Amino acid sequence: MKKRSTIRGLLLLITGLLTTVLLSGCDGKFVVFDPQGPVAQTQYKLIILSAILCAIVVIPVLAITVFIVVRYRDKPGNTAPYKPHWDDSKVLEILWWGIPIIIIIILGGYTARDTYALARTPKTAVTDVKPVEIQVTSLDWKWLFQYPDQNIATVNYVHIPAGVQVHFELTSDAPMNSFWIPQLGGQEYTMPGMAMSLWLQADKTGEFYGTGANFSGEEFAHMRFNVVAESQADFNKWVDSVKSSSNALTEAGYEVLATPGKSDEQSFSSYPPELFDSIVKKNGGHHMDMDMDKDNDDKVDTDEEKSDTKGAHDMDNMDDMGDMDMSNMNSSEMNHK
Amino acid sequence: MYASIKSFASSFFVTGDPLIYGADVSIVLTSIAVLFVLFYFKKWGWLWREWLTTVDHKKIGIMYLFASLLMLFRGGVDALLMRTQLALPNVQFLQADHYNAVFTTHGTIMILFMAMPMMFGLFNMVVPLQIGARDVAYPFLNSVSFWLFFFGAMLFNLSFVIGGSPDAGWLSYPPLSEMSGSPGVGENFYIWGIQISGIGSLATGINFIVTILKMRAPGMKFMKMPMFTWSVFSSSIIIIFAFPILTVTLALLFIDRYMGGHLFTMDGGGFPMMYINLIWMWGHPEVYIVVLPAFGIFSEIVATFSRKRIFGYKSMVFALLSISILSFFTWVHHFFTMGSGADVNVAFAIATMAIGIPTGAKVFNWLFTMFRGRIRLEQPMMWTLAFIPCFVVGGATGVMLAVAPADYQYHNSYFLIAHFHQVLIGGVVFGYLAGIYYWWPKLFGFKLNERLGKYAFWLWNIGFYVCFMPQYALGFMGMTRRVYTYGWDMGWGPLNLVSTIGAFLMGIGFVFQVWQILYSVKYGERDTTGDPWNARTLEWSIPSPPPMYNFAVVPVVDERDSFWEDKERRDFAPAPPVPVSKLESIHMPKNSGVPIIFAACWFIAGFGFVFDWKWMAFSGLAGVGISLLVRSFTYDTDYYVPLEEVIETEKAAGRAV
Amino acid sequence: MQHAIEHNHSKHAADSHDHGHHDQESMKVLGFWIFLVTDCLLFGTLFATYIVLKGHVDGGPTGKELFEIPGFVAETFILLTSSFTSGLAVLAMNKGKVNQLIGWLIVTAVLGASFVGLEINEFVNMVHEGATISTSAFLTAFFTLVGTHGLHVSVGLIWMIGLMVQLKMRGITSVTRRKITVISLYWHFLDVVWIFLFTIVYLMGVM
Repeated sequence: MKKRSTIRGLLLLITGLLTTVLLSGCDGKFVVFDPQGPVAQTQYKLIILSAILCAIVVIPVLAITVFIVVRYRDKPGNTAPYKPHWDDSKVLEILWWGIPIIIIIILGGYTARDTYALARTPKTAVTDVKPVEIQVTSLDWKWLFQYPDQNIATVNYVHIPAGVQVHFELTSDAPMNSFWIPQLGGQEYTMPGMAMSLWLQADKTGEFYGTGANFSGEEFAHMRFNVVAESQADFNKWVDSVKSSSNALTEAGYEVLATPGKSDEQSFSSYPPELFDSIVKKNGGHHMDMDMDKDNDDKVDTDEEKSDTKGAHDMDNMDDMGDMDMSNMNSSEMNHK
Repeated sequence: MYASIKSFASSFFVTGDPLIYGADVSIVLTSIAVLFVLFYFKKWGWLWREWLTTVDHKKIGIMYLFASLLMLFRGGVDALLMRTQLALPNVQFLQADHYNAVFTTHGTIMILFMAMPMMFGLFNMVVPLQIGARDVAYPFLNSVSFWLFFFGAMLFNLSFVIGGSPDAGWLSYPPLSEMSGSPGVGENFYIWGIQISGIGSLATGINFIVTILKMRAPGMKFMKMPMFTWSVFSSSIIIIFAFPILTVTLALLFIDRYMGGHLFTMDGGGFPMMYINLIWMWGHPEVYIVVLPAFGIFSEIVATFSRKRIFGYKSMVFALLSISILSFFTWVHHFFTMGSGADVNVAFAIATMAIGIPTGAKVFNWLFTMFRGRIRLEQPMMWTLAFIPCFVVGGATGVMLAVAPADYQYHNSYFLIAHFHQVLIGGVVFGYLAGIYYWWPKLFGFKLNERLGKYAFWLWNIGFYVCFMPQYALGFMGMTRRVYTYGWDMGWGPLNLVSTIGAFLMGIGFVFQVWQILYSVKYGERDTTGDPWNARTLEWSIPSPPPMYNFAVVPVVDERDSFWEDKERRDFAPAPPVPVSKLESIHMPKNSGVPIIFAACWFIAGFGFVFDWKWMAFSGLAGVGISLLVRSFTYDTDYYVPLEEVIETEKAAGRAV
Repeated sequence: MQHAIEHNHSKHAADSHDHGHHDQESMKVLGFWIFLVTDCLLFGTLFATYIVLKGHVDGGPTGKELFEIPGFVAETFILLTSSFTSGLAVLAMNKGKVNQLIGWLIVTAVLGASFVGLEINEFVNMVHEGATISTSAFLTAFFTLVGTHGLHVSVGLIWMIGLMVQLKMRGITSVTRRKITVISLYWHFLDVVWIFLFTIVYLMGVM
């Protein structure tokens, strides 16, 4: 009895702690549930939809579990039916194979729709306002942002105009990282030698939390950046002030910047021409061109391979790999032109 | 001279951290204590004859079990160190590099040196008994597998005090894990530790496939096999297809690091993404490797403790096999956000969700096994019942993660961390613990104390939810995995504190389990019947612990759960003893010292490669080759247990007259 | 369960033991087949890596510049012949002719050794031309893939020599028979892998 009361005490303590913490913890912001742009909005809706669809299965299962365990306990005097030889039911099997299949079909449909929708920038929005281009490079352990149209660069913070599409072009001159601004949309990896594209948009002005999401070494925890969405006028003003009040980023300056270490926010009034392309190229970007030229040959190889090797799924993989190179390459090339 | 020794030692041994000095001291003290006991009680010969050279699957299983519990302790301490560091914002408990090493070793140890050996322990302890065999198909190879795992694990753990731990994450993504990002020896320890034990895992996979294909008792057709055996079979199939990929991937990374290759480097045309594809082509199936046997364990326990046949046997088998196939077509979901393109993402998203279908069907089948049964809440069943809700929720968040566009928001966040801990702890750890509680009396002849077990159970379960539910929320708050510290600005502090409390509750639960084992050795309820749970499968038909040859008379099976059906037919009266005339001498494999020496040579070779001491590496490899030749030239590998000994053993157990 | 295998212990003891032995040997062959499946996957993964990386020459030499047709054609011819002679060895074993068996094994081993020799020679030449394992991703993948095959052949050679000694000592028994069966499986397997190497690496490399 005494032991039981210790357990109860422990439980009480935990519940108490939990409540205090949850109540006081409300100042933490659920950034994923606070979408501030169309991409984050779409993803947020999908999160809610998938949570509901899962709940349709999960909640009944939990209820059934409790019911069964309570009702069929092996206690003297339990009058519930006991059928030790009943071990099969076609109807039930169809039910519990069927319902998840239907749910997966629904969820799969929405997943496919939104995956394709988010893969490319929506055309409708492009007509009136020209999207902002920002080239992002993850370094050890800081973020470099270059504005090719404005010819300015920043470190560890980024300004964007609200209500305008932003095209991020992502690469890395260090171990891969991942570029994430939860309130604007999901993350995308920054890979050395690849130029990946990600589009986001802030509907309103505000400051958002941005972070590196993929572990990239010692001081990875400090790879945070502030995202400031402001009106087009304020944005232009900010560009002018950076242009007038900052130093230029030189080749030598970039080398210093790229050496491992933390960094504060920095601004540069200009940067060496073609810096981003040269970073991509130096880390193997040009190989993708080669893959592209040879693509036809590669396809022949893989098909032959597939038919006569047992490691068939390896080969499938390679096909995918080829495609991946291609798609990244296309997007990067497109963005260059 | 002194100066050169000093400079060598300061780079060879990890220095400068009180935790590591503490570990050094405790390792030395423990080693001295073990050596002292062995010398004082003159137990060397016993240790060598009975354990180190054994080819008996039961003893190998027990060694796997204890080694994995040791690794659970190490991995658990890592977890608590991490949680302490993250309990509050800006804690100065661990430095960045130390924290990075700790999360790397935590992940690697928990998956490869805790879950895998605990699983192999259960394979070994149970499968031959369950299919009515006297040993596995290749007892010698089985011993080789164990010692490869053991020395691989030792090599990996050595990095804590010698040379420095790996710190590039549990899957060591290049280019971070290349020489450019990790110039120390830590990654070499990672590669060789896993490589050596990985060869052992592969061999175990082959061993159990053949054991199940060829060693079943007469009459045990495929569709009459116990569910656990089916799950081991499915898991072993995944092993033989997945582990070669791991072997190659690690070898390739080593070629880059050791010979200056450029497969995954940033320069020289290397392609890091290739590594990420390869490692996940092993890594994703790997989680199904460890979870399928847990499913098998639950199936056995649910049927036994509901006193009812397993519901939907065929559907369960089909689910197992379809999971093992589907597990190979989902790996890309680990990097949806790496720009694979919409087509690829959609295909892999749907394949991933599809795995939820057979898994869900299994859950329903377990529920309906209990439905109209009679549920006894003994320890194995408690863990099973804790598993169901935990795994259902974990599976649901898995489906949510599979929704590719939404994954862009979950990826690398604490939501992901919470998800996979929920399926790995709620599924795998709870499953293996249930299995250990269930089969413990069979292997050791006594039950584990119930009272202490219940404390442990509640601490684990409450601790689990307290630890991981806040982490889902932290994910939505934008907290990314693998940060060693965070500031006050994001409001992550309170939930992290709660999470840390939960982690320590689980830690206390583990302490209770250790206490439970020690206590039960002395006071545990003895099992004299061989069938303490009134169970259904063949392993319960023989005495606990089983004689060295398991079955004096090979059983003949003609239906599913035939042991149970027989009991039912004779109204649960004790089985009549076998007449002595039916006993015969029994063909058994001989013990061998080659496996431990062979594996030790791998250890030496691995250590040599880690530090690039070629003389050591190549003499280790030469030792490997010589051990193989010695084995090849050994023809005297088996013997017959004399009839008199069999009769005596069986009579002593009251099984023969 | 109540029924147990009815063994007439005294009369058929010897028979049943032999039977058990036979089962064990065939079980070991089955296990080896499964091992070959895993080895197949190992090579499959290496092939995949090679195919993905073969364009990544990073300004270094390409396969077309490096591969010498007479060299790899000779290697192919020698290895295929050795596969044939290992088949002849098994035929001799099935006829129970131990000396003939050892003879064919010696021929096989000599051919295998010359294959390895040619391959080492090829590698040395490439290194002299400045094409080393650390020149480019393509060359790392090439040396790894071809080298792994060569390593397999070399291990097979040592193993084969060990078996010849055992044959000399013990003659053809159920155990040595199984061992020869297994190594010939292994040898044929390496031959099949080489055919893929020949096609994917060399032929497509020079084309």
